[in-house]
Amino acid sequence: MIALLTRDLRLAFRAGGGFGLGLGFFLILAVLVPLGVGPEPRTLGLIAPGILWVGALLACLLSLDRIFALDFEDGSLDLLATAPIPLEGVVAVKALAHWLTTGLPLVLVAPLLGVLLNLAPGAYGWLVLSLLLGTPALSVIGAFGAALTVGLKRGGLLLSLLVLPLYIPTLVYGAEVVIRGAAGLGVTTPLLLLAGITAGSAALLPFAAALALRVNLR
Amino acid sequence: MSNGSLWEYANPVKFMRLSGRVLPWVAGLAAVLVGGGLFWGFFLTPDDFRQGSTVKIIFLHVPAALVAINAWIMMLVASLVWLIRRHHVAALAAKAAAPVGAVMTVIGLFTGAVWGQPMWGTWWAWDPRLTAFLILFLFYLGYIALWSAIEDADTAADLTAVLCLVGTVFAVLSRYAAFFWSQGLHQGASLSLAPGTRMDWAYKAPLYACMAGFTLLFVALLLAGTRTEIRARRYRALMVRERMYA
Repeated sequence: MIALLTRDLRLAFRAGGGFGLGLGFFLILAVLVPLGVGPEPRTLGLIAPGILWVGALLACLLSLDRIFALDFEDGSLDLLATAPIPLEGVVAVKALAHWLTTGLPLVLVAPLLGVLLNLAPGAYGWLVLSLLLGTPALSVIGAFGAALTVGLKRGGLLLSLLVLPLYIPTLVYGAEVVIRGAAGLGVTTPLLLLAGITAGSAALLPFAAALALRVNLR
Repeated sequence: MSNGSLWEYANPVKFMRLSGRVLPWVAGLAAVLVGGGLFWGFFLTPDDFRQGSTVKIIFLHVPAALVAINAWIMMLVASLVWLIRRHHVAALAAKAAAPVGAVMTVIGLFTGAVWGQPMWGTWWAWDPRLTAFLILFLFYLGYIALWSAIEDADTAADLTAVLCLVGTVFAVLSRYAAFFWSQGLHQGASLSLAPGTRMDWAYKAPLYACMAGFTLLFVALLLAGTRTEIRARRYRALMVRERMYA
């Protein structure tokens, strides 16, 4: 499993691996929003938590179809399915690799973009913490969506239609943590719910994704 | 092999025979109840003293919402039956239910907007119930899109069934996430089995007629849709056989 993880990471970091595309998208979104909404600092500060979370979510979405599509095309997914490790484990490792190459960089960059969007000073810690807790759920849910659409020719658009509704609870609780943090309120409840969604998705969705992959590979 | 069990109707031939006999009756009764209930509700009930005649939109709004939610639950059950027992009729029934549920969701949202404009002063508010219903519509869209995107019938049935199961969990989570904000503008349940309900029988009776009518309408559309799917599959099978011997 570790070999699979290092293989996926190496593939992602190589030229043409698409690493950094999500980051670039996240940056552009954070630049476009003030251009569209206007540079009024108070307005930007109000919408900053939501924009940062929606941005992270869309940036995650961009690279989802890469999780299985390339391996499906060159046949290595068939090899993985017949390998001695369970397919559920393969899904979990691939979701982890996706998170390490997409989610974690987003978490690290988000505070910088918070400065651009005039995020309230008290909210930076909560922004990082909520993204750190929430983005793994985005990767796992995305891996499930990618497993559903892996056999399709033009699965990209369908993938976003399927996955975005599944992202709603994560988005609501994640953004709520940052909003409450910015207002100086208690954040325990949404934070716990967010962590619960991540833990639950990470525990259960690999099974659903592996089931979908087996269907697509038969 | 007639043991009188419900699973007999998982046999497409038996399902076609029974549904063919039942369908006209269900459809007729649905037409009578929906037509009669709506006429009764729209023209024979008094205006509400605060809401005026806009209150009458409830006769469309509540039954549509009822069917919209229960259609998804029926799809969930049918998906489970397909995944566990591999009965093709169940998968096709789930497929046939989705467009009906989606249209009912739109009717619920639209009538709600028409009612909300004069009552709340706005067509739309990000109220938890409204939001949850809009999210349900998105789940319907994704489900229908996945069915239509996959060519192989069994693969499509498997994948949409898995999506339905996972989607149900996330739809429920989203509903509670939306309720996390606040209780919102939408009033609580007007109908309830608990004593001391707040609705007069002058409204309740036609409303019950409409709810029963919409439920039967759903059953009728579901049977018709499933029969169409079965016929379409037989037709495809015949075409393949023709081409083999041609």
